[in-house]
Amino acid sequence: MAKKILAVDDSKSMRQMVAMTLKSAGFDVTEAEDGVDALSKANSAQFDLVLTDINMPNMGGIELTSKLRAMGSYALTPIICLTTESSDDMKGKGKAAGATGWIVKPFSPEKLLATINRVL
Amino acid sequence: MDELMLVFRQTYLEESFEGLAAMESNLLTLPEGTPNTEVVNTIFRAAHSMKGGAGTFGFAELIHLTHILETLLDEMRSGKRNVTTENRETLLESVDVLRIILTAYQNAEPIEMTRVKSMEVKLEAILGGSAADITAAAAAEKPEIIGYDIHLSPSDDYFESGIDLIKLLHELGRTKGIKNTIINTRLNSDKALQIEHCVLAFDVQVEGSVELEQIQEVFEWLDSDNCHVSITPITLQATAKEVVSSGTAGASSSEASKTAATATAAPQQQESSIRVSISKIDQMVDMVGELVIAQSMLSRFGALADQLNATWADELKEGLLDIERHTRAMQESVMSIRMMPISFAFNRMPRIVHDVSGKLEKEIELVMEGENTEVDKTVLEKLTDPLVHIIRNSVDHGIEKPDVREANGKPRKGTVRLSAFHAGGNIVIQIKDNGAGIRLDKVRQKAIDVGVLLEGQVVSEKEIIDLIFHAGFSTADVVTDVSGRGVGMDVVRRNIRELGGTIEVQTEQGKGSVFTIRLPLTLAILDGQLAKVGDETYIFPLASIVESVLPAPDHIKSVKGNYLYRLRDVYIPIVRLNEFFNRPNGKTELTAGLLVVVENGDKRFGVFVDTLESQQQVVIKSLDTNYRKVNGISGATIMGDGRVAMILDLTELSQEID
Repeated sequence: MAKKILAVDDSKSMRQMVAMTLKSAGFDVTEAEDGVDALSKANSAQFDLVLTDINMPNMGGIELTSKLRAMGSYALTPIICLTTESSDDMKGKGKAAGATGWIVKPFSPEKLLATINRVL
Repeated sequence: MDELMLVFRQTYLEESFEGLAAMESNLLTLPEGTPNTEVVNTIFRAAHSMKGGAGTFGFAELIHLTHILETLLDEMRSGKRNVTTENRETLLESVDVLRIILTAYQNAEPIEMTRVKSMEVKLEAILGGSAADITAAAAAEKPEIIGYDIHLSPSDDYFESGIDLIKLLHELGRTKGIKNTIINTRLNSDKALQIEHCVLAFDVQVEGSVELEQIQEVFEWLDSDNCHVSITPITLQATAKEVVSSGTAGASSSEASKTAATATAAPQQQESSIRVSISKIDQMVDMVGELVIAQSMLSRFGALADQLNATWADELKEGLLDIERHTRAMQESVMSIRMMPISFAFNRMPRIVHDVSGKLEKEIELVMEGENTEVDKTVLEKLTDPLVHIIRNSVDHGIEKPDVREANGKPRKGTVRLSAFHAGGNIVIQIKDNGAGIRLDKVRQKAIDVGVLLEGQVVSEKEIIDLIFHAGFSTADVVTDVSGRGVGMDVVRRNIRELGGTIEVQTEQGKGSVFTIRLPLTLAILDGQLAKVGDETYIFPLASIVESVLPAPDHIKSVKGNYLYRLRDVYIPIVRLNEFFNRPNGKTELTAGLLVVVENGDKRFGVFVDTLESQQQVVIKSLDTNYRKVNGISGATIMGDGRVAMILDLTELSQEID
């Protein structure tokens, strides 16, 4: 069965780019437009990987990550942050919240798939 | 174009201008010969990000030029090309062209494509003739990397990180340029085996010519807490082995060589920062200004409570003091947001000295001090042009040609010293040269020629020096394209006066000249001394008050209807505020009031007022924009009790006595 990925980003264009890339690689992708949306979708289905933007309205990626980690069913699920800043500070915050890793935007579809392969 | 794109474009332009400044200053410090990798890298990065954005944001004219520039810099960075005077000058020239293009974009003006094209041709010519510049030495210095030795040593609880090391090793194998991957697995623990502990370590050898960054990227998610990573390049000369990364995979390449490389460059501190629009800050400055006013209104109640003998008077006063202290601290920190290091203005100077001295065949060393002195942004912006002008003058008129200097027993190389520092409530900027000094006889002759001075008129040395600030003055024998056609120093003085500052010149024949500019720390808030004239309150800038005296009758002298006061051994002129502002209900008898002795620029004079009141910080509100310009008044402020008080313009008052 195809692995299920939850792609969270407030930017529609970015979300579409991520979803398209992942679908073409055979993944089953669900989109969410912010942390709140993502959390409710994560509650109703079990995903194998969460890809989340950091800066989002309502609930950002860092908060989403810690909320997901607090849910028993996502304690061990890989969570990857999509960040525009390559600053160590952002990576540190993501890590502290429980993220598995990060990808620095902008990235190519190839880079995205290569990165996902580290955990799936 | 959509609004967001416009915002992106503006940000891009700002970044690019900063990038250009960085390129320029680094190019100027770039020594000839084998390139200093770190310096070249900084220049390269600026060109690189300019190119990156050019495509995205639709600045088509920039793409090709930045591309060639990047290629050229990349060759220098990788040691394939040496730095020569010629290609450094060409790079500097391309910075100028880029600046022209960006300025044109910013002002929505057409771009001079002929200049762009000729610059592109020039750069391409250098690129084409690259073979001559490649030196065997440079090639030998940078041995070719043929592979990497990688050691991965996961911690016991590594599995909790959720990152599959085997998958990372697969990713490594798929990295472009890697031909072979040899993985050795070994036991990494002498403890008893436990199912949930990671006890394996990996020694990996990859073969292929790949950048270190690419290898580091594969392991970027690992940190020293969960997995120790070390990456060592394997070079053709095995002796040159160097451990470049240990502990964390993402660590930058060898710090040691980096520090060595930057040691020659000026130590520039990098602080992280955010970009905020000036209007937001000004709004905040304004609000804090209102807060200061509100606070001073409140503070009157402390005294009132005392008069009422209220039981709560002490507590109230204590609270009010707290508010005052915090308001002041807040004000200071808000003002400091507007402050920028003066290096933003200074940074342009090395280039100017470099260009101008080259053109005039002079040897000049520019020494800069106090670049980190902070000035208000508005001051900074208006300061650059006057500084450029004075520096150009020093190089053009001040410093002599090397042969002349040698003949006069001076070192061939002249020095121009540009320094900034705080003194009292002012920022002082000095431009000092050890050149010929100002030829007073020439200035005098010129003044007579243009009719400012009469033949035979007796004037002091100081007055002659002052003539250089007169419009239409240039004493260079030949007008060069370097320094003014006589449209300079008067504008310089006007600009500085507009900032509430002063400029002074000292000169010594054969030894050099010093230009001293004094500027207020900030333009928005003033430490003021309140004074009464009749029923009006006037405010003196506290920093300019020397002392105040009760006029003694025998010290007052009248000369042709003008009053002078003998302050110890010096006579100082007197300005009567009651007459100046026509306040009939102010005191008229000098002995009945007070004389406030002030210093403005190099002038010292007494200002006659009825009495002095408290000292307080006042927020300067423009009178020009709210009413109209009034002679002798630089602005107004709202007092604690809600009344408006006028802030005195001492420069204009001093003109009264001229």
